[in-house]
Amino acid sequence: MELIEVKNCYKIYKNGVTALADINLSIKKGDFVFIIGSTASGKSSLIKMLYREEKPTKGNVYVGGINVAKLRNRKVYKLRRKIGIVFQDFKLLPKLNVYENVAFPLESMGIKKKDIKPRVLEALERVGLKEKVHSFPNQLSGGECQRVCIARAIINKPKVLICDEPTGNLDPKTSKEIMKLIDYINKEMHTTVIMATHDRDIVNRMKKRVLLIDHGILKGDFAKGSYKENEAI
Amino acid sequence: MKPFRILSKNIKDAFKSIFRNFSLSFASIICTTITLIMVSIAIIVSINVKDFTKAIENNLSIIVFLDRDSSIDDATNIQKKLKKDSRIDSIIFESKEDVKNQMQKESEVFNSIMSEWTEETNPLQNEFSIKVKNAENLKAVSESIKKLEHIDSVKYGEEIVDKLIVTFNIVEKATIIIVIALILVTAFLISNTIKITIYSRKNEIDIMRLVGTSNIVIKLPFLFEGFILGIIGSIVPIIITIYGYILTYDKLNGHLFSNIIKLENPSNIIFKVSIVIVVIGAVVGMLSSYRSARKYLKI
Ligand SMILES: Nc1ncnc2c1ncn2[C@@H]1O[C@H](COP(=O)(O)OP(=O)(O)OP(=O)(O)O)[C@@H](O)[C@H]1O
Ligand SMILES: [Mg+2]
Repeated sequence: MELIEVKNCYKIYKNGVTALADINLSIKKGDFVFIIGSTASGKSSLIKMLYREEKPTKGNVYVGGINVAKLRNRKVYKLRRKIGIVFQDFKLLPKLNVYENVAFPLESMGIKKKDIKPRVLEALERVGLKEKVHSFPNQLSGGECQRVCIARAIINKPKVLICDEPTGNLDPKTSKEIMKLIDYINKEMHTTVIMATHDRDIVNRMKKRVLLIDHGILKGDFAKGSYKENEAI
Repeated sequence: MKPFRILSKNIKDAFKSIFRNFSLSFASIICTTITLIMVSIAIIVSINVKDFTKAIENNLSIIVFLDRDSSIDDATNIQKKLKKDSRIDSIIFESKEDVKNQMQKESEVFNSIMSEWTEETNPLQNEFSIKVKNAENLKAVSESIKKLEHIDSVKYGEEIVDKLIVTFNIVEKATIIIVIALILVTAFLISNTIKITIYSRKNEIDIMRLVGTSNIVIKLPFLFEGFILGIIGSIVPIIITIYGYILTYDKLNGHLFSNIIKLENPSNIIFKVSIVIVVIGAVVGMLSSYRSARKYLKI
């Protein structure tokens, strides 16, 4: 079984909207995959299925061999400790500084302070924010906030990094830097990256595997580098 | 995090959020207070009336009324027979003259009416007041007395005791129902207070869940808040229990209904009752917040 497998997956929200229909896909360990599609096509819904923010209405979703579609609410935290999640809106805790935000997952796992420190500094080093440890989120630029979010996501050295439009709030130049960072994490840390985006430039430039979703249906699965923009709908 | 740090942080957070939603927290505390006062009264009353009916039964006398035409000699005969009954503890004879004199002493009105009565016209009856050794034998003894000669009627207040027992049962059941209803209202209010806290910290909780914070760490602050609401709600009831009971005890000189019921000594019960009160407060608080945490945290 591959690291991630989605089988015959449907998502119909309570209001009757069918966000995903019969999705089948698998992602290998170490892959870098873009999920693209126009707005409301179901990208976020698919991503949320992977980190079990939403349960599929039908079908199965395997992450690291676990069927997260069947995962009980009270066990979700175990899955979250094994994956890193990066959001468009960063989701940092405003009252904690950079260091504390990055240390937060480890601290809430009950890890000793002295073991936390080197890991936080290492993660901040990787994202290039070591000199801002004492700053608070409202004192940082968007790009810097996203770096903090990424540092927090990789603090547990997860096998998978799940990103939902991580560059959605950033200007093109900053987006580029963030993509470089995510690419580096994929290559150096061998972290599997799954990233939803509607930024065509990024997708075209990076030449990775691309999954195209349209109205909740998986319309295309393009192997590394074979996606051409004109094929998009 | 060290346990002590977790504890102190949780307590601090709980107090902060109690003040943040002050009106709802206050309502919960008031409701807890009222409930616990009721519980305290119910416990103290039930401790004190536990032996109540027994005490009354043991104080009951069988009153035997002799026929109007019976003589003092008849009465002496009857008394002799009764003395042989081993179930009987004491026998007091009151002639109709005695009864008359007693009643005359008690009231001016009686006095003026009864002073006209002579030995012959006195309509009262000679009577025996009999105490049995064991309250259970009241009925049997009365039955056997009825069979003797010159007996008009035998009364032992059976109905009064039965009525009292029935009344007590109703009061007891009503108290239980009221206490349960109050506990439910309290639980509902505390649940809602916790719900508001959860909503006001939704953002933080979402992030905690996203980065894999364990359920217990997320839940703990809310359980603490419910716990503290319960404890605060039990302060006034405990003060009322302690001072209220000591004051009542002193005022009544330790007795209720003219020596029939001896009240429990305050030092024997106020401490125990206070502990029960604070435990009920804390448990109701925690269970209600646990319910909210389960429902609204989805964990
Ligand atoms: N919680 C929800 N309840 C009801 N409907 C929802 C919910 N979340 C998403 N939807 C609907 O599901 C469909 C897919 O939404 P989704 O967020 O997955 O799209 P998306 O591809 O991420 O869009 P975007 O590019 O704008 O982020 C939309 O029609 C949306 O309205
Ligand atoms: Mg989206």
